[in-house]
Amino acid sequence: MLEQQLVNALSLGCVYALFALGFTLVFGVLGVINLSHGAIFMIGAYSALQVVTRLGFPLWASLASAFFIAGAFGLAIDFLVLRPLRRRGAPHLIPMIATIGLGIFFNSAAQGLFGAENLRFPTDLVPDTQLRFLGVQISVLEVAIIVLSVALMAALLVVMRKTQLGRALRAIAESPKAAALLGINVEGLFYLTSFTAAALGGVAGVLVALYSNAVFPLMGQPMLHKGIAVIILGGMGDIRGALIGGLFLGFAEVMSVAYIGSTMRDAVAFGLLFLVLLLRPQGMFGKVLERKA
Amino acid sequence: MMEWFDGFWSIYSNLVLTIGINALLALSIWLTLSCGLLAMANAAFMGVGAYTAAILTMNFGAPFPLALAGGIAAPTLLALVIGGPTLRLSGVYLAMATLGFGEVVRVTILNAESVTGGALGLNGIPQLTEWWHVVAALVGTLLILWRLRRSRIGRAFEAIKEDDVAASLMGIAVRSHKMLAFALGAAIAGLAGALNAHLTFFIGPSEYGFDRAVDILTMTILGGTSALTGPVLGALIVTVLPELLRGFKDFRTMINGAILVIIVLFLPKGLWDPQRLRQLVRRGAH
Amino acid sequence: MLTLTNVSKRFGGLTVLQDVSFTVPQGKVFGLIGPNGAGKTTVFNLITGLLEPTGGGIEFDGASLVGVPPHRITRRGLGRTFQNIRIFKEMTLIENVVVGMHAHLSYGLPSWLFSLPDFRAREKRARDRAHELLSWVGLDAKAHDIADNLSYGDQRKLELARALATEPKLLLLDEPVAGMNSGEKVQLMKVVADIAKRGFTVFMIEHDMRFVMGLCERIAVLNFGKIIAEGAPDEIKNNPTVIEAYLGREDDEETAA
Repeated sequence: MLEQQLVNALSLGCVYALFALGFTLVFGVLGVINLSHGAIFMIGAYSALQVVTRLGFPLWASLASAFFIAGAFGLAIDFLVLRPLRRRGAPHLIPMIATIGLGIFFNSAAQGLFGAENLRFPTDLVPDTQLRFLGVQISVLEVAIIVLSVALMAALLVVMRKTQLGRALRAIAESPKAAALLGINVEGLFYLTSFTAAALGGVAGVLVALYSNAVFPLMGQPMLHKGIAVIILGGMGDIRGALIGGLFLGFAEVMSVAYIGSTMRDAVAFGLLFLVLLLRPQGMFGKVLERKA
Repeated sequence: MMEWFDGFWSIYSNLVLTIGINALLALSIWLTLSCGLLAMANAAFMGVGAYTAAILTMNFGAPFPLALAGGIAAPTLLALVIGGPTLRLSGVYLAMATLGFGEVVRVTILNAESVTGGALGLNGIPQLTEWWHVVAALVGTLLILWRLRRSRIGRAFEAIKEDDVAASLMGIAVRSHKMLAFALGAAIAGLAGALNAHLTFFIGPSEYGFDRAVDILTMTILGGTSALTGPVLGALIVTVLPELLRGFKDFRTMINGAILVIIVLFLPKGLWDPQRLRQLVRRGAH
Repeated sequence: MLTLTNVSKRFGGLTVLQDVSFTVPQGKVFGLIGPNGAGKTTVFNLITGLLEPTGGGIEFDGASLVGVPPHRITRRGLGRTFQNIRIFKEMTLIENVVVGMHAHLSYGLPSWLFSLPDFRAREKRARDRAHELLSWVGLDAKAHDIADNLSYGDQRKLELARALATEPKLLLLDEPVAGMNSGEKVQLMKVVADIAKRGFTVFMIEHDMRFVMGLCERIAVLNFGKIIAEGAPDEIKNNPTVIEAYLGREDDEETAA
């Protein structure tokens, strides 16, 4: 039934959007493609799992833990790796290569620490109830995913559009040197952005882990590829693009699984990516112009 | 003496040839980097070359040189096709696009089961690669790249890498040069793939994905991006290290990751950095 | 030689240039001056093909430049320096200048691949010419230094030598003496005068009035994206509209002497 598929698409799309949002934030503000974002996603999931199984935390606390732990990793990555490269004035490809290294390092470390198998959350963590809403069945988990994602994304949008902080971030995205001249604490905001982007990615990790009931070391990789597809589709560095692109991808995937078959699922993201690249490489909202110094 | 060599060769021939093939791959990425492009698609191009060559020998009984030619031509054509729209994009956008493209190729191979054998890959490829094929390919490639560097094309690459707007105002046709670097890189990667397929007699789609792309990148970054010796050295180290330190094989990806971060932070030009080496020698002489 | 006719440029809602028209005569030194933010570098970017005009026409040697890609515009005989220096920092001085000769080093694949005599002869000619150009700007002694190690003033001179290497008919200089001390400025004035004497047409953007008045035979004044005056230096100096444009702006350091 179409409505049912739309609901599935919505929850999937929300998670994609949430993940892509962190990704695009770092690109927009720091000018870096952070390919360790997939690993951060995975770290969020494992953190939540650990606090639930070892410390017996309830769901909301595990989400908060994932938020802060993933955020901390993001901050550490920025401070220890990206910052020295910034100060050196390294060309854009260099930080990206470094994040590739970090990503695979963390993935392997997770495999070494926790093993390669699928781990699961305790079954009683999320109530299993299904709700009926406008003739469509939707699980409590899906509702939680949608509500939480939308809340986080809305909060981010409000900050970006309506606050002084958001204006400062947009100024930095336009030109960090000019922003610094205006008295904006550029470096501090870089840290804040790295933290927030990673925190969002970590929460996305928990949500996906709960939804698919699987936590494994390489779970961030396919997500990273989808994230790349989303931000190319939506336009790099653009928040609206991440949101709409994420939802669009979720929709496209669910529809293709429903009407074509599940084998093509991963291919959808890349097919779209390919098409966008051939026809309109800057995506929906991206600018072809390069960012000024 | 000959006995020792025969013994050595019977155990390690595969390893040595693999070093040579990896050197080709590292050189292909080195080439694109020398023009300021990070082409993460070279692993995919390797795969396209591998599959094309293997299908030519297995399904069409083509002679080896023809299969190699096909293995070079197919990825080159592909590069020419996708290069058009994607090379318009600047550095990081291009890297993302090529990363995505690499995945597209992998998924296509996975799904084109009738031709490529899908997830099971192709088995029983005739082992036609001999040591002199690899040597010839490597020497030929090194020669071409060496001469290229010394010509106006090589200079143009360097100018484009530093500042492509200024380069265009020097009369350099930036798009054409980027396309050349991209397509030639694809050709080299395809050759490496074709040679590799006929060495390991089995290929599968998982071999040409992200892990391989990272492997190749690590070799180039570790070895050094200034001179041609760098990628070859990097290939040697990254290929041999897991063999020397047996326990390390399991940690191969982790070490690759650590290497990338450490080199980028502390030795940005890689191990083989003629400038730094010259300084070291000078200091040592005192 | 170079004619702009009713050129305008808009970025979104912002009009940067409006109805700009002037002619750069062949064989002379032409100056474009105006207060900060008047749009002068945009004019250069339009001429060299980095931007396209929203309206109007740009003609060089009788042919339109609009829509022509930058590298082709350079090949037609326009060389350029940049306001915020864009030398190739990691290359040596001589390599920087030789890059400028790219378009004139036509040798084929076999030639460079096998290091044939034709290749070697052309490369040698290029290097000799590069040394010559470096000596014009007084940098020949540092030919094998890395460009990044040069002083600011020397980097500007290097850009000039590199622009000359493209064998331009018209040389576009974007603030050639910005950031130099007065000694360096006097030096460069002589260099540019020599270059003009050799037959190059020079079109410069500059703030330094002494430099402009000392070198330019014709000057156009741009203010708020519009040309407010064009003529000989003496006419411009005493033009009331020009004086007002400069005095009326608080953020301008140097005014017409």
